[in-house]
Amino acid sequence: MTAQTVTMAHGSGGRAMQQMIERMFLQAFDNPWLNEREDGARLSLADFTRQGDRLAFSTDSYVIDPIFFPGGNIGKLAVCGTANDLAVCGAIPTYLSCGFILEEGLPLDDLQSIVSAMAQTAQQAGIAIVTGDTKVVQRGAADKIFINTAGIGAIPTAVKWAASTVQPGDKILVSGTLGDHGATILNLREQLGMDLDVQSDCAVLAPLIAPLRLLPGVHALRDATRGGVNAVLHEFAGASGLGISIEENALPVKPAVRGICELLGLEALNFANEGKLVLAVSARAEQQVLSVLRNHPLGADAVTIGEMTANPQVCLRGALGVSRQLMLPHAEPLPRIC
Amino acid sequence: MRFVDEFRDPALAKKLLERLNQQATRLPFTAEKPMRIMEVCGGHTHAIFKFGLDKLLPPPLEFIHGPGCPVCVLPMGRIDACCEIAARPDVIFCTFGDALRVPGKQGSLLQARERGADVRVVYSPLDALKLARENPGRQVVFFALGFETTMPVTAVTLQQAKRQRLGNFSVFCQHISLMPTLRSLLQQDDVRIDAFLAPGHVTMITGTAPYRFIHQQFGKPLVVSGFEPLDILQSVLMLVEQVCESGCKTENQYRRVVPEEGNLLAQRAIREVFQLAGSSEWRGLGLIEASAISLTEAYAGFDAERRFTPGTYAVADHPQARCGDVLTGRCKPHQCPLFGTACTPHNAFGALMVSSEGACAAWYQYRHQETPAEVPPGAATRVTE
Repeated sequence: MTAQTVTMAHGSGGRAMQQMIERMFLQAFDNPWLNEREDGARLSLADFTRQGDRLAFSTDSYVIDPIFFPGGNIGKLAVCGTANDLAVCGAIPTYLSCGFILEEGLPLDDLQSIVSAMAQTAQQAGIAIVTGDTKVVQRGAADKIFINTAGIGAIPTAVKWAASTVQPGDKILVSGTLGDHGATILNLREQLGMDLDVQSDCAVLAPLIAPLRLLPGVHALRDATRGGVNAVLHEFAGASGLGISIEENALPVKPAVRGICELLGLEALNFANEGKLVLAVSARAEQQVLSVLRNHPLGADAVTIGEMTANPQVCLRGALGVSRQLMLPHAEPLPRIC
Repeated sequence: MRFVDEFRDPALAKKLLERLNQQATRLPFTAEKPMRIMEVCGGHTHAIFKFGLDKLLPPPLEFIHGPGCPVCVLPMGRIDACCEIAARPDVIFCTFGDALRVPGKQGSLLQARERGADVRVVYSPLDALKLARENPGRQVVFFALGFETTMPVTAVTLQQAKRQRLGNFSVFCQHISLMPTLRSLLQQDDVRIDAFLAPGHVTMITGTAPYRFIHQQFGKPLVVSGFEPLDILQSVLMLVEQVCESGCKTENQYRRVVPEEGNLLAQRAIREVFQLAGSSEWRGLGLIEASAISLTEAYAGFDAERRFTPGTYAVADHPQARCGDVLTGRCKPHQCPLFGTACTPHNAFGALMVSSEGACAAWYQYRHQETPAEVPPGAATRVTE
């Protein structure tokens, strides 16, 4: 390719676009379904039915700013985010579609890095990117690059996870430290210039989740992205008609993230994560789930942070033992974090 | 985490509370007629609610939440003037984030931005100065808001702007002085305040001397306090012990940050750039004598109001809003008829609800679900504005 940046020609349907698809996307994503080069991917129903009795189907769009950040880039995020949405439904994430909206002038090297990260992340997680689309818009009509991915996977018959099934007394667990992604992006975006020992936790959680499918007593799983763990707690409470009591002292937060929260008056509970689970499990299953989670590097810091209560409020018991309600903020403290 | 966890130590808090409980029995106050301690600063209000300190106090002690949040006392008409300047196509209007959502009569700066104004959030006036250097073809206006705490950094920014002869930089000066307001509160007949927790950050600049009139003329004890829970509990204990010993003085609990004389360098910068300029309107409190701050003649060229001459907007608060009563301790946030219904953090009538450090926002965030809205008889007629 001679041009160094994305031009309108790359979205024109002509030769420039064909070349970009051939040399960049097909090479990176290389798989039998994509290589058929039809207008859509044709997937085997038999393969799905061998794995389970239902399909999970999810989509998400990625508009994060900046597009490169410590711990990942928008491409890696676009694979992780949708794969995680499928995995917390109990599904085995298997196929992704991928739509790019590119701003004229985007350096092709940047696009190449993003596409490579997508390919590598998908491959490591056993996911195939089987169909896609590319559009180019003129300068200013989008900000560098937006990506949409949709994903599909089968749910094994035995898995019945749902927020509506949580019970009073269920333990609330998180799979690791809170707010790493949000703090990383905040520091970059607001040019706070802090030398933080923290990076985005962006990761495909499917391998952490897979062994949980076999455990009894796991009632609900969510990945705590926008809105942080706090948003998931309110989803659990809302769906079940129950409340939650969280112990502030139990929350795992890295010192750098705590520092940024203390400085700016923010709560790590509200910060976005891109590789953390929140789980509701029966009290009996608690220790076994914790040990399964801690067995995987992505869950090494897993802990119990609280439990479901009959009183329908989400509460936080603070350092001095006083309990206070935990409100869901009206608006995100920081937009375009994923 | 150092400098944080040691000031939140539950074991130390327990000891302080035991001592406080002991001493409180010696007070000439009861649960029915408690000793009313005004925490002047919004930062204290936030910490009190966040850590539930008011729930830990013995019954003869009560916090009332004072006017020390500059966003909360910002009159709506001043926001309208800011929006008028921000709407000019040549202007980049820079503000601290917490002023962005404060509603004026014509909407907030955030809404002005939605209508096309170039309104930007900065963390320091020096960021606005940088914008002015980078955009020589635009007028950059900084919304200078706050008490003595933020005045030095505005002053230093203006000193730099003057040295650099930046013709496209100016400030909309909404700095106000805290002390005249404390005096005004103490002069009101129906406001009962028995003691003050004074804000550490303001005092770090001013030193403790400007507070002395409070014990000398009004006979009220005052303690300058830090912002962590142990700071606040210790400060309350110091106030209680003053009363028990029938003493009354200005004390400094926050010695690790606040020198008695304040920051002399900052005081010098303030004196060079700012001057007292008569009375100023405080939202919820009305006009307060000798609390307005303006730029000195040497810096008048940087005054955005001189440069752009926006209109003067007088805006009355909602007749049922009890912001002033909350600010003066006459009622608690949830006793306002608008609280939690017409006035919420995302649709705020009153400025106490807009800033996260406002008493109403803190109450809403931490207490709303606990307290059914209660309206005392005659509430609707007890409106101060």
